[in-house]
Amino acid sequence: MAGLTKSEFANPVINWIDTRLPIFTMMQKEYGVFPTPKNFNYFWNFGALAMVNLVIMIITGIFLAMNYQPNTELAFNSVQHIMRDVNYGWLIRYVHQNGASMFFIVTYIHIFRGLYYGSYKAPRELLWMLGVVILLLMMATAFMGYVLPWGQMSYWGATVITNLFSAFPYVGPKIVTLLWGGFSVDNPTLNRFFALHYLLPFVLVGVIFLHIAALHITGSNNPLGIDVKSPQDTLPFHPYYTIKDSVGICVFLIVFSALEFFAPNYLGDPYNFIPANPLQTPADIVPEWYFLPYYAILRSVPNKLLGVCMMFGSLLVMFVLPWLDTSRVRSARFRPIYRQLIWVWVASVIALGVCGAHKPEGIWVVLSRVCTLYYFLHYLVILPILGKLERPLPLPESISQPVLGGRGGGPLPGSAPAKPMEKA
Amino acid sequence: MRPLRSLLAGVFAPAALAATLLATPAMAQEEIQLPHQKWSFNGIFGTFDLAAAQRGFQVYSNVCSNCHSLQMLHYRDLSGIGLNADQIKAIAANVTVPSGTDDQGNPKDGPATPASQFKSPFANEKAARAANNGALPPDLSLIVNAREGGPDYIYGILTGFSQPPAGFKMQDGMNYNKVFPGHQIGMPQPLQDGTVEYSDGTSTSLDQESHDVVTFLAWAANP
Repeated sequence: MAGLTKSEFANPVINWIDTRLPIFTMMQKEYGVFPTPKNFNYFWNFGALAMVNLVIMIITGIFLAMNYQPNTELAFNSVQHIMRDVNYGWLIRYVHQNGASMFFIVTYIHIFRGLYYGSYKAPRELLWMLGVVILLLMMATAFMGYVLPWGQMSYWGATVITNLFSAFPYVGPKIVTLLWGGFSVDNPTLNRFFALHYLLPFVLVGVIFLHIAALHITGSNNPLGIDVKSPQDTLPFHPYYTIKDSVGICVFLIVFSALEFFAPNYLGDPYNFIPANPLQTPADIVPEWYFLPYYAILRSVPNKLLGVCMMFGSLLVMFVLPWLDTSRVRSARFRPIYRQLIWVWVASVIALGVCGAHKPEGIWVVLSRVCTLYYFLHYLVILPILGKLERPLPLPESISQPVLGGRGGGPLPGSAPAKPMEKA
Repeated sequence: MRPLRSLLAGVFAPAALAATLLATPAMAQEEIQLPHQKWSFNGIFGTFDLAAAQRGFQVYSNVCSNCHSLQMLHYRDLSGIGLNADQIKAIAANVTVPSGTDDQGNPKDGPATPASQFKSPFANEKAARAANNGALPPDLSLIVNAREGGPDYIYGILTGFSQPPAGFKMQDGMNYNKVFPGHQIGMPQPLQDGTVEYSDGTSTSLDQESHDVVTFLAWAANP
């Protein structure tokens, strides 16, 4: 019978389904025996953690939406209603609120992993670019989610961020009116933000599916950044990495719970406990912590349009990163200079985050300018040139070699210990 | 290895710079020192001191509630500070609130029930401002969460009233407060030694009253 899959499952029901719709065969291939480099460190947990986090956010979000009122008159009180009157509403809401922070922590580490080990390089460019799309969608979703409680910081944050678009000549003000659905942030804005905040996570799921599909074509990168040479370099995904990811998930949940139960409002802003008041601007308008570096870049430029362009540019530059970095060596482990500059880059991003939290006065302006300059220098100047100048350390012959033969290299010892893994 | 090391120095220099900068912002602005208090609800094993919260509720009802609403709370919520159903019913029954319409369709008033919201002292914002020299007494439901410094700040306000220092220009009807930003607050000093009388014999010093009412409000913000 043409087109039917020949299923290898013994269970007759599974076999019957699998013959017609080979989802079991697919799962077995992609998550069961999927050959995965055997030298992953714990940085490789963070993709799975982000996935778990997204599921937590969607589930808690659905339950919040059942009790939330997207109306300027009711929104603030309905959130308090969730916190006070809905059964376990406080738990669901705090999980959702702190889940956003955890999502960004996990994703930023995931991105750092990609930068450090060169996961964006050929043949994984498209995989990386899909990742950048995911980041942008996440940011849009998080921003709109922050508006929904309709506190002072929600309202004024929405006003500031949407007003960024007004910097563009001619079309800017029209875009802003379109975003607002009126001539100021008001009920129509809240309504559409709620609708989009509900929609975008599912778009996110779609893009993440593509991200993972692309990953399963190219296979995972690994801490050495060299290609898989033989089945001896890999392990089946299950049980080896399902177990390793489970360990990571336990640690993740411990950290999440600590934040959630002992300091649920630590990352929040006291002003957001005051209902939105269009007639009273708070002294400082600060975005959530995960946007602070971008906010600092925005404010480091005295020209509004240029600042907006730099802020968006700081994200968009990641799209072309695979072509800006001219080095063929992926892992920073074998790039002595890049290995240090990547930490300078991290330091500059963290410093930008600190600058973003302070009023743009005095030393903070200088510091944020220096860091912004380095941020762009790193991408646009250092990476293209460094790839040509830097002399990388010798790469090991295979993933197995450093494990079996020590880092010093030398000929591969007898392959006996690796034999059992050849099944993969 | 030499270029490696100089590069390493390049990494740590900005990091160290950032670290020192982190430590300085407090000095840059005129920082108001909040009186740090020991709160029963702080820390990993912290729980609300229910006796203090009940005394605090008494302070709120006798003093604060003359001007400040507590809209997010219902009388039934008071079970959270250890009052039983009968006590809550009795408290609610003493309050008169709008309760639907009579047979002719006219709005009528009646005693509150445990399901009623806490009654607000003023009908609306304008009425509140008119009665308070133009200032709006904020709703206290979330006040502990909504201020930088939280319970220490509220305690600081309650105990921070004093005569203005010589040469400090006060506006009409304003009061000097050490902790309030700008030092001019619309609210006159609400609590003094002995403002309320506790039935359990606890001292009614200003410190104790403030401490109790802040405990109550901290509970009200995070029930």
